[in-house]
Amino acid sequence: MPVEVHVPPLLQKVTNGVKTLRASGSTVNQVLSDLNRQFPGFTSEISDDSGQLHRFVNLYVNDEDVRFLQRMETPVKDGDVVSILPAMAGG
Amino acid sequence: MSLPTLTPQDIQRYHRHLIIPDVGSVGQRKLKAAKVLLIGAGGLGSPTAMYLAAAGVGTIGIVDFDVVDVSNLQRQIVHSTRNIGRSKVESAKERLLDINPLIEVVGHEEPLTSENAFRLFEQYDIIINGCDNFPTRYLANDAAVLLKKPLVDGSIFRFEGQANVFLPGQGCYRCLYPAPPPPGAVPSCAEAGVLGVLPGMIGVLQAIETVKLILGIGKSLQGRLLLFDALEMQFREVRVRRDPDCPVCGDHPTIHELIDYEEFCGMPPRESSVEAPVAVAV
Repeated sequence: MPVEVHVPPLLQKVTNGVKTLRASGSTVNQVLSDLNRQFPGFTSEISDDSGQLHRFVNLYVNDEDVRFLQRMETPVKDGDVVSILPAMAGG
Repeated sequence: MSLPTLTPQDIQRYHRHLIIPDVGSVGQRKLKAAKVLLIGAGGLGSPTAMYLAAAGVGTIGIVDFDVVDVSNLQRQIVHSTRNIGRSKVESAKERLLDINPLIEVVGHEEPLTSENAFRLFEQYDIIINGCDNFPTRYLANDAAVLLKKPLVDGSIFRFEGQANVFLPGQGCYRCLYPAPPPPGAVPSCAEAGVLGVLPGMIGVLQAIETVKLILGIGKSLQGRLLLFDALEMQFREVRVRRDPDCPVCGDHPTIHELIDYEEFCGMPPRESSVEAPVAVAV
């Protein structure tokens, strides 16, 4: 099922500058796998070598942090918006 | 604590506040009594400080150890070309008192460190974060949580910004971002650039939230992370929850005092460990 994915500036180098993507899957994990197929290297930008999401990168399904849902197994449905938000420090 | 009275000068200057029913004389007296501390007189701190000064916030503290550099002036509008080379605290103080001589501006010309954070934060009601690096963000968060002070947070990167408010007992920066990125993983504004106008937007949001907290009106950004994308001219928000497992504000906290935040952020130890200064707003 297609969901919309918002990509932060740091990831846009692997998405050829595109910041809003379409991806398929019924969980967050599947959506990220689909993005990694579309854009090789995508998941390695936000995960460590063992595939764990970096702790300074937050994932949201609509407006909810997946850490407070079912993490990477959080279900997504048609029309959901997945946002990837790394911490930013600039001031 | 009784609120200070308004002088005839105050009444003239703050007329447009006084005629708003939600502010009025009592609200303006709350602003006059308020003491806020700005971390950094940089991109975010500049507009925040100028609007809070104009609004009549009675005591504005600024902690920064840097000097004004010509490359700051593209966005740090509290400083002037003639103040290049001068301390940011002195430069900002001069400008703020020029805007409003009826307030007090207190300069703390020192880096924010684990050694001085409690001493500085204790003197203020609200902490406003305009720093430019992760160690200071975690330090400011932990000190605010441990002293139960509201923290009005903002950050910027190129064309995007984030703002939110952490109120005591209702979640903190560590609940939002449990661990910092390793050094170099997330570039700073000095490394990656920032649109000069962007901190104006985020800094003014922080000023508005601060004024609302002081007045006790409206719905604060507490529990919501506001995201701004200048290129799309779009605001979005996501929820920020208190994490019961948070090491500093959770149900069973393990952090009860300030730590070495440079070490926490993966930076190499300094040769002199007497005082580990953490950089503030470049």
